[in-house]
Amino acid sequence: MADRFPSPFDIETPEGAEGWQDMYVYSSLFSESRREFEDSIFWFQDGVHWPKVMTPWDATFYEFAIASLSQYNTRHLQVPPANGIAFRILNGYGYLTPVPADPAMIEARVANFMDRAGFYFMNWNDLYDKWMIKIRDLVKELEAVDFEPLPEIEDADRVVKSGAGLGSGYRIQENYRTLLDLSLKLWNYHFEFLNLGYAAYLDFFGFCKEAFPGIPDLAIAKMVAGVEVDLFRPDEELKRLARVALDSGVAEAFAAGDVEATCEILKGSDAGRAWIASFQESAEPWFNFSTGSGFYHSDRIWIENVEIPFEFINDYIVKLQAGDDLARPMDAIRAERDRVVNEYSELLATDEDREAFQGKLGLARVVFPYVENHNFYVEHWSHSVIWRKMRQLGEVFVKEGFWSEPNDIFYLKRTEVEDALWDYYVSWATPEPAAGPGRWPAIIDKRQKICDALRKWKPVPALGAPPEVITEPFTVMLWGITSDSVNSWLGGGDLKEGELRGMSASPGLVEGPARVIYAPEQISEVQQGEILVAPLTAPSWAPIFGKILATVTDTGGMMSHAAIVCREYGLPAVTGTGFATTTIKTGQMIRVDGNNGVVSVIG
Amino acid sequence: MSVTMWFESYWPGLKSEVGGKAASLGEMTGVGLPVPPGYAVTTAGYRAAHDAADLDATLARLLHGLDTSDTAQVSTVCAEIRDVIRTMPLPAHVEERIRLDYEQLCRKCEVDSLPVAVRSSATSEDSPDASFAGEHDTYLWIRGDDAVVDAVRRCWASLFTDRATCYRVEMGYEHRSVDMAVVIQKMVRPIAAGVAFTLNPANGDRSQVAIDAAWGFGEGVVSGEVTPDNFLIDKVLLEVTKRDISNKAHEYRLTDHDSVEKATIDDDRAEKPCMTDVQLKAVASLAKTAERHYGCPQDIEWAVDADLPEGENIILLQARPETVWSKKPRESVTGGAAKDPMASIVSTLMNPLYTKKQ
Repeated sequence: MADRFPSPFDIETPEGAEGWQDMYVYSSLFSESRREFEDSIFWFQDGVHWPKVMTPWDATFYEFAIASLSQYNTRHLQVPPANGIAFRILNGYGYLTPVPADPAMIEARVANFMDRAGFYFMNWNDLYDKWMIKIRDLVKELEAVDFEPLPEIEDADRVVKSGAGLGSGYRIQENYRTLLDLSLKLWNYHFEFLNLGYAAYLDFFGFCKEAFPGIPDLAIAKMVAGVEVDLFRPDEELKRLARVALDSGVAEAFAAGDVEATCEILKGSDAGRAWIASFQESAEPWFNFSTGSGFYHSDRIWIENVEIPFEFINDYIVKLQAGDDLARPMDAIRAERDRVVNEYSELLATDEDREAFQGKLGLARVVFPYVENHNFYVEHWSHSVIWRKMRQLGEVFVKEGFWSEPNDIFYLKRTEVEDALWDYYVSWATPEPAAGPGRWPAIIDKRQKICDALRKWKPVPALGAPPEVITEPFTVMLWGITSDSVNSWLGGGDLKEGELRGMSASPGLVEGPARVIYAPEQISEVQQGEILVAPLTAPSWAPIFGKILATVTDTGGMMSHAAIVCREYGLPAVTGTGFATTTIKTGQMIRVDGNNGVVSVIG
Repeated sequence: MSVTMWFESYWPGLKSEVGGKAASLGEMTGVGLPVPPGYAVTTAGYRAAHDAADLDATLARLLHGLDTSDTAQVSTVCAEIRDVIRTMPLPAHVEERIRLDYEQLCRKCEVDSLPVAVRSSATSEDSPDASFAGEHDTYLWIRGDDAVVDAVRRCWASLFTDRATCYRVEMGYEHRSVDMAVVIQKMVRPIAAGVAFTLNPANGDRSQVAIDAAWGFGEGVVSGEVTPDNFLIDKVLLEVTKRDISNKAHEYRLTDHDSVEKATIDDDRAEKPCMTDVQLKAVASLAKTAERHYGCPQDIEWAVDADLPEGENIILLQARPETVWSKKPRESVTGGAAKDPMASIVSTLMNPLYTKKQ
């Protein structure tokens, strides 16, 4: 068994991907100038959030997100043992490494952390209310960003005689900068609470593990998990719309085959028009929901691809007609949560332990709604708006002949978009031909080929020498990376041929045929009674969980968004197996042991 | 008063009619501790048989002038009394009830001529002579309704062992005052069997049920001859949290002539888990119920019965208090004064639990 992963400097560029480095900002690359640092540590690929090759602009959220996380740990809160997370891009994939704090500084950091984090814990609900206002305001500001082709001549009243002194040429550039500013702001907001939420959760987690060494991680998650969670709301809205369709007698319209035909039928009756109005009400904001992690421009968003929610609604109509009531049994879920809490509490040794248990559970439950809900507001809702706005800008460039498809804009780095806007602005102001139409198509074409070549490369799960034990708490919680998973990546462990080990994210043991899905577009291939095998799952896949027997993913931990939803739907799940999509073939019979985190190919 | 009582119909008001043993089996059935299924012939059954055969007259005649110091005489007289009881005809309603209930038990287990255990159930446990009643009163592997009726009579006859009879004569007790109920209970035929602790014996973790299990009868597990499969099941979620499957080279199994023998297991089966998850959860659930019922950690013996339907096939054979961890004082996790929550969070971040390694 190897004791280390390849050095980032020994990874070769895949054939056809030469020059990939030009797609990303220089600071996100491994570089000779800091080789000593980069070669001395352990990097893992973040397949939880970025399982696929990042196009140049898509790297924006990767960089904004991890930098914001780091800033909070290091500069705002002073998490005692942990500084931020260094991030790099290699062959199009993201590699991370947690940076520990200087041991000599820890004592001073403890005092600061107790003061600062303590303030947040003490005032959590007030601050969280403020967060909700901030995030909704931010979405409003994002919605206000508008990209239209520059006018032949500025409006006399609104621009010239208003005395504003500024015109559309300035505004279009300002709007793009605003979009970037709001994106960074969004990610700052995201980490205002997140790691604190996990810290309180980890504290309760640690207490439970100490009191009950054998307690499953799942039991702890179950005690803390909320019953009504915003992340489940889009799915609930689909069910609601299916019920409305049946109750108002317009359900047959969904058998029409496609969205257009269905809508034509719906528009023909009062009830149908009322249903469309009801759909639109749900859609904002709940269908600003990505079929992926929300981190890729290629992830399809329900509100932009209404055939996705329509298909799910139709599935739900069929289920309702078959007598399934689709309702989440809220009272039963609450009662079960109370039972689990009471039984563990009774098993504790002393009343003092019970008091501490209740206190920690109480805090974990105060912080957890943020952990569960932020994902909808940030990665789904806000990102959906940002992708939409970017496509609108891409369209402007298409009209001006800079490139041919709105999505081509994502093959430019975020700073290059500013260059292109400048070019466009100057050519409009002068006027004169813009330089861009002669420049960008070739670059975009080349980068598309590079990305295709990179997609064929199987990212190594890690780089460099792993530490003896993985101790960084967030690495374990958020990325599901433990000493065990590192060992199994290195080819060690006691696994038998045809076995994969991951995290037991949701309990149960089932056998069934595998369906390997590499991209969200393929989820309609999933058949009743199959086991879903995917790089990762997204919360928006929830409607297909009614069809499948179990879920296996390459990446993700206990608290990954996907794991939360799998548990909600009561499906066995093994996450973070590393190689499920490359080892398992569609149609093979597999056994998923969600209790022990083992997946085996049995035929 | 009925002639028989099924364990599941027991309530405490019946205790004096069914005796201590049947009362305990009935009570366990009632609280969800699944003992092997069966029923009891009540004291009313005995009384009816006693009266129909006019045993009072027979006893008065045979015991008249008995010298309890003459062991030879005692032995002869008591043997004669027992003979009378063993051969006396039963009133039709009593005999029919015993036979019908036996047939019903056979149907429940889907086995013709179901082997049962027939044993006495003393009704006056507080009186000293109760201890004599149980001397020779257990009959195993009884098959068929004729044999059951016969074994019931033999149990009744055991009221008149030499010692019990002498004791009553010396103390001046009325022989008519003694009563007996009889328990008829399915013989367990285990697919797999073993032991369970309501805590993890390795570390005292009360949230786990530890189960050792092997094929066949539990003797091999209890004696340590077989390396059993070992499981941990979370007590609250009832999920299997750990499993170690062993090569279980042999088992104790039933022969054709109702005895138990040690036999080698072929490799294929030896390597296989002897329990399904459903069965493991049922054993854990049973252990948990026993712990609740008795109010302290338990060490139980159980079996998966081959004849009972899935869902009812986990049988409790014995429950006793766990003695190792229960004797140690339990350690508080908070250890001393309740910690400041912030200090605790800092300590969690500083000493990640994954370094502590479970």
